[in-house]
Amino acid sequence: MPKKYVVACDGSSASGRAVKAAVEQAKLTGASLLLVHVLEWSPYSFLTPEEIEERHKRRSEELKRAQVALVDPLIATLASEGVEASAIIRYGHVTETLAEVAEKEEAAQIFIGRTGQSTLAKLVFGSVAAALAQIAPVPCTIVP
Amino acid sequence: MQNKKLIISLGALGLALLSGQALASSVDEMVNGLFASATGWFVNFIFSPFPGTSFPWIVAWLVVAATVFTFYFAFIQFRAFKHSISLVKGDYSDPNDAGEVSHFQALATALSGTVGLGNIAGVAVAVGIGGPGATFWMILAGLMGMASKFTECTLGVKYRNEYEDGTVSGGPMYYLTKGFAERGLPGGRFLAILFSIFCILGALGGGNMFQANQAHQQISGILGDFPGWITGVIFAIVVFAVIVGGLKSIARVTEKVVPFMGVMYVGAALIILILNAGQIGWAFGQIFEGAFTGLGVAGGMVGALIQGFKRAAFSNEAGVGSAAIAHSAVRTKEPITEGFVSLLEPFIDTVVICTMTALVIIITGQLVIDPATGHYVTEGGRIVTATGASGVGLTSAAFESAFSWFPYVLAIAVILFAFSTMISWSYYGLKAWTYLFGEGKSKEVTFKVIFCIFVVIGAAANLGPVIDFSDAAIFAMAVVNITGLYCLMPIVKRELNSYLSRLESGEIKKFK
Repeated sequence: MPKKYVVACDGSSASGRAVKAAVEQAKLTGASLLLVHVLEWSPYSFLTPEEIEERHKRRSEELKRAQVALVDPLIATLASEGVEASAIIRYGHVTETLAEVAEKEEAAQIFIGRTGQSTLAKLVFGSVAAALAQIAPVPCTIVP
Repeated sequence: MQNKKLIISLGALGLALLSGQALASSVDEMVNGLFASATGWFVNFIFSPFPGTSFPWIVAWLVVAATVFTFYFAFIQFRAFKHSISLVKGDYSDPNDAGEVSHFQALATALSGTVGLGNIAGVAVAVGIGGPGATFWMILAGLMGMASKFTECTLGVKYRNEYEDGTVSGGPMYYLTKGFAERGLPGGRFLAILFSIFCILGALGGGNMFQANQAHQQISGILGDFPGWITGVIFAIVVFAVIVGGLKSIARVTEKVVPFMGVMYVGAALIILILNAGQIGWAFGQIFEGAFTGLGVAGGMVGALIQGFKRAAFSNEAGVGSAAIAHSAVRTKEPITEGFVSLLEPFIDTVVICTMTALVIIITGQLVIDPATGHYVTEGGRIVTATGASGVGLTSAAFESAFSWFPYVLAIAVILFAFSTMISWSYYGLKAWTYLFGEGKSKEVTFKVIFCIFVVIGAAANLGPVIDFSDAAIFAMAVVNITGLYCLMPIVKRELNSYLSRLESGEIKKFK
């Protein structure tokens, strides 16, 4: 069975570097890429009545935007480079969702870019890549 | 010379202000008078007692309905309580639906519309008149009200309108029309229109003017007396920014702070109860004894009962139909799940939060007892309190006896609760408005602007009759809504039986 690499993908330059690293690796091993785009979402946040009413509409819009603006062009580029790629767009907690998808899809590896924030910012906000390294069910490559 | 001029001009200014104030108060009086004579009959009708008693029929109407629903659905509020909590925790939520409104979010938003002044000021009024025994009847009515809430919210989701752009509108006006048509009953459309009219009036009154008025009372209680219109204008600007300007950040901050305030309030109450742990048994003794004897309060047992029932109904709005509007926007494949979730609302609002307020007032010894008889000392129908305070002041004094700084926290809580209640009711009012006049940007803005104007009026004037009227309008909503619920409850039963059998067979499964 060909290998599958999960690549965390949010359109940032850091995620661009992660995709690049994954592509290089995939070309060597013949693996396919699974781009995972997670939209941060907590079912325990608080919404106003109007936000609740519009939520379904907003969700559809957000999913469509992610598909059209981020995922589709990336898959097309990868295809032209000869790398097979598919994508999943999910709502949830970023690190937890990435780990979940990697486990469910039996990925061989996760690629994630790191933003390289200052130590202070990291102290305050934490880092997605570092958190993922702690909970990832499969080997995890953190791309600087 | 210069000084003289200054003095004269200052004097003139003072006179102008005085006459302005006199004019303002005469305008108030005029508005009061006109309004009272135009609406008095309606208020009197809604709050009129059964002949020969002091028991308002509207309170009986709500309690009878809650009892009927409780028996009709075989104590669904206790049978489904555990399942309701699982639903709120997200145990039954499909992860693929993440990003849609969760049950927790729907519950939190609906709660922020009902938790408010009723829990703080209203309970103090009830206990201050009806004695500790009122608490017993309040809890009982709260437990029964869970069944009313379950019925109306299930119907709200089942018969909502879904539009092409993905937004939804729901509430009693929709289930009255569509549900009645489905069952082949006449008059659905008429009831829906009647409900919408009462809902708009209730939104402008109890959901707006009353809140603005009480918030101003709180602010001026801390900062000293100042004209109400200043508070009104500030509130109106903030409300305007949120509901017309779409400034969601303010709303989001309130929505986050309000639950925090609620938790803090219950936490403070719990600490006071723990500090007085030895007296909890005594307090419950007072509650039970008072419930059946009155312990000397005006009207005895019946007096305690009326106050307790009335307070529960005012506070958790079960049967009024407002919660059905709030819950119906949730996307769920099973309307009944929203009903299960909503039955937690009267529990949290009345059985937990209101009871905490009552216990703290009783346990801190705010109500004066005659040591000779063990009865409460009454004066003019009210129980004499240790500090002479009533309403919010009584709650404030009770908490202050344990934490000297608590009145400030309470004042902030009242203001925030008032604000979040206004935001919720602006939405309920808007839904009724668009039902009557149709959807559309300009129609919506018209209502929202009217809503903001009423914020200023509510804070500025001491409009007793207007507030009486708006309370009456909220209860009038219940008259229409419950009539509809009686006609539509077989539909809810069908949904319930189908859901429960599928839950049992494992067709509906847990995801967590």
